[in-house]
Amino acid sequence: MSNNMGGAPTLIPKYNGVLLMFDKTTLMRCISSFRHLLSALQLGLLLTFVSNARADATADFAAAIAPLADASYSDKADIIKRVTELRAPGTREFLQAFIDGNLYARIDDKKIFIASEQNEQFALIDPVTQQSAGNADAAAVDKIGTNNSLRKALRGAIAQFDLAADDPAIRLAAVKEMQRAPDDASVELLRQHAANERDGDVKQAVAEALALADLSSDSADTRLAALEVLSGSLNSDVYNRLQTMLSKSDDGEYAEPDERVRKAALDASLSIERWRNYYSTLETAFFGLSLGSVLVLTAIGLAITFGVMGVINMAHGELMMLGAYTTYVMQLLMPNHIGASILISIPAAFLVSGAIGMLIERGVVKFLYGRPLETLLATFGVSLILQQVVRDIFSPNNRPVETPSWLAGSMQINDVFSITYNRLYVMLFMVMVFVVLLLILKRTTLGLNVRAVAQNRAMSKAMGIRSAWVDTLTFGLGSGIAGVAGVALSQLTNVGPNLGQQYIIDSFMVVVFGGVGNLWGTLIGGMSLGVANQVLEPFAGAVLAKILVLVALILFIQKRPRGLFPQKGRAAEH
Amino acid sequence: MKLNNLIKLALPAVATLACASAVHAQETIKVGVLHSLSGTMAISETTLKDTMLMLIDEQNKKGGLLGKKLEAVVVDPRSDWPEFAAKAEQLLVKDKVAAVFGCWTSSSRKSVLPVFEKNNGLLFYPVQYEGEESSKNVFYTGAAPNQQAIPAVDYLMNDVKVKRWVLAGTDYVYPRTTNKILEEYLKSKGVKQEDIMINYTPFGHDKWQNIVSDIKKFGSAGKKTAVVSTINGDANVPFYKELGNQKISAEDIPVVAFSVGEEELAGLDTKPLVGHLAAWNYFMSVKSPVNAAWIKKWHTFTKNPKRTFNDPMEAHVIGFEMWVKAVEKAKSTDVNKVADAIIGIEVPNLTGGTAKMLPNHHLTKPVLIGEVRADGQFDIVWQTKGTVPGDAWTDFLPASKDIEADWVTLKCGNYNKVTKKCSGQNY
Repeated sequence: MSNNMGGAPTLIPKYNGVLLMFDKTTLMRCISSFRHLLSALQLGLLLTFVSNARADATADFAAAIAPLADASYSDKADIIKRVTELRAPGTREFLQAFIDGNLYARIDDKKIFIASEQNEQFALIDPVTQQSAGNADAAAVDKIGTNNSLRKALRGAIAQFDLAADDPAIRLAAVKEMQRAPDDASVELLRQHAANERDGDVKQAVAEALALADLSSDSADTRLAALEVLSGSLNSDVYNRLQTMLSKSDDGEYAEPDERVRKAALDASLSIERWRNYYSTLETAFFGLSLGSVLVLTAIGLAITFGVMGVINMAHGELMMLGAYTTYVMQLLMPNHIGASILISIPAAFLVSGAIGMLIERGVVKFLYGRPLETLLATFGVSLILQQVVRDIFSPNNRPVETPSWLAGSMQINDVFSITYNRLYVMLFMVMVFVVLLLILKRTTLGLNVRAVAQNRAMSKAMGIRSAWVDTLTFGLGSGIAGVAGVALSQLTNVGPNLGQQYIIDSFMVVVFGGVGNLWGTLIGGMSLGVANQVLEPFAGAVLAKILVLVALILFIQKRPRGLFPQKGRAAEH
Repeated sequence: MKLNNLIKLALPAVATLACASAVHAQETIKVGVLHSLSGTMAISETTLKDTMLMLIDEQNKKGGLLGKKLEAVVVDPRSDWPEFAAKAEQLLVKDKVAAVFGCWTSSSRKSVLPVFEKNNGLLFYPVQYEGEESSKNVFYTGAAPNQQAIPAVDYLMNDVKVKRWVLAGTDYVYPRTTNKILEEYLKSKGVKQEDIMINYTPFGHDKWQNIVSDIKKFGSAGKKTAVVSTINGDANVPFYKELGNQKISAEDIPVVAFSVGEEELAGLDTKPLVGHLAAWNYFMSVKSPVNAAWIKKWHTFTKNPKRTFNDPMEAHVIGFEMWVKAVEKAKSTDVNKVADAIIGIEVPNLTGGTAKMLPNHHLTKPVLIGEVRADGQFDIVWQTKGTVPGDAWTDFLPASKDIEADWVTLKCGNYNKVTKKCSGQNY
């Protein structure tokens, strides 16, 4: 439902459109029934009749909405019902304004208007006549409030009008909306609509909605036929309805008296349960893989600094935090292009975190090679400094990072299975980062040097590699990747000074589990930890699941101290 | 060193105040402000420190109290619970403050309790909490469970016709106690065990997909479902985001939160939260002349017309005004005299009613349910008729249903009505 109350000029043509459509459908119905009797005179008479009826409806419409100003929420629900039954012209716009919060009462005379705010002034439109009714001060009007149940009723009411829309997607949404709260009026409307519907998907949805209504029919044959239609559906409304049919009352009577119908209902219900279990497994797998992707993404930079270089970098989390803040700054710089700002943030965060990482290497880590404990303490200090700097610049509060529309929402595969876009994109993004990193290490001179220094520093030096410079670049690369992970995290969690601390332990866990110095190990390690966590969570709860994974990990490390994929050869010795 | 820093950080008002008192070198009444200005709780508590400074400033403009100026003593317990006790000791013993306004989390309150009881101090605690406590030295100006959680559940049960309940909370004392009370309450109303789902998550949790998907499944059983959320802090943002992503709208499964207020919503992306509910005793959007006046004072004092006003701030306003009245009534700042005088004192609350201090050291409060609007404010959709008296010991837990707190006739914070004994424990 978009907010399309732009004021009088857009409203009036739209109203005409609806009116014409109304005329057409009415006419079509008339023409088909009286086709052979049709003459110019009769058509004229018919039109006058229609317009008279409409005048009555308009008067009733005005009367119905008049008490809105002082109505309680339950009064408002009655008014919505009444207005929807009247179907007077302008009702669709009225309902839309109501749900969008654009309906106001003038305080002087309690008259109801559709209003849009323009510089502290409200442009008023009379919902009955659709004519502009001048302006009003913000203080002179009072908003007609809605609550959740009213908005639900409004959505259902609007859906009844949307059945006549040109766009099949709108019609489909309308049918689904009506199916959620079916009453006699909406079922009747759907029945009328079923014959005229051309679009396949919508037709199917209408048939399902009607079949669901038919389950309450008195005739067992109708119910059986309805079950036939519904047998493939995974909709939870259908499932719940079947459960009620199969339930026994206290005196042992089944709610469904006919045995054939009961058997069909049982079959349908079992088949739905089978599919639900199947999709629920798929869903857990998806959740696990997406959590795994986040873990891999946060750990992969560490796999370079810790895994390849052997530096315990406690500031790794803060480098991710800097990446997330880079995203925030990018959004501040280009507030009108949120989607593009995310894409630009990726290289920007790489550069920012990479540069800070190189500074850390040059300024601190360089002097501490071979002294892991001092490195740990020094980088921990760096992490505190970075947190405090961010706190001083951006405030200690979390910063709001907006989610572009293409990252929000979910892809609805069917009634019981959907994939959220943000997790899907994170998975794809992780794969991209992984592949790029792998290519850098395997296919570039930098990668060759990195691997050479990691394997045998003395020999690489003898071959003329500037090992100190390679160290800096490697550290910068790992830090840059951490920054890129931060961009992804900004879409999943809160962007605040403590963001890094939440992920640093997980990152180390993944690298240690996967095997130090092995990118593939990090990938497999992260993914399996993610899946294990999500498989355990429904049974054990979030807290216990995490504990169980940690305990399992400790036991595993006891058995295989070098992780899943231990490094072999000379490099493993130092 | 720390104190120096603090003074530097404190608002100019304190500076002018300090200068004024230095010039006149006259005796002042000291008021302690014990709120975290750094660490995880700083987000919420800094605002309360500013509120106290504003209140003290206002009172001094009116000529102070008992002919003396008030002086704020601000300390920073750094969101560190043992540090709260140390700073409380400092305020009571070294600075000899007349009253302390402070604490947010229950853990910090529990930490300072022995200090206040040992030194006979006076603490005004402004945050909604889990109850089960009534100390001689503490006045609870926030809501007890029967002034927030229970009415919210009643609203969902009677007005929204909710039949299935998800009790989701962060894993610590307040949510666990509140959910225990709610579970007993729901069962007493005939809700079956299978229609209650309880879930706890750690602080700062951000992997909500599985839990939200479970809630979705739990809520698709054909009965109206609602989530009662005691999820605290910033874990709320990813939680509501995930609800939005999995297309659970407030119309299908409303979430009513006890810890999400205007301050938490300020500066957030509120789109995914619109339509969800919160239960408080005050909303900034309340239309009343007192409220408008305080918001104006607040904006002038902070020089920021966008600063939000919230429920614990209202509690401080009420608590401070009550203390001032009690001191004037007792004509002394002596803790025992003030504690006796304050019982029964009435001051206007900001929602247009009256708050009264009860013998159990809790207040009478109205309960309001609001729906989140896109601008981060709340639309009030329901409120209690009149006010609800705070109950220190809940009637819905077997262990506390016979216990009563009364500091006037019984002189006891935990009197057992059945054994007719005061357990004698100090809270």
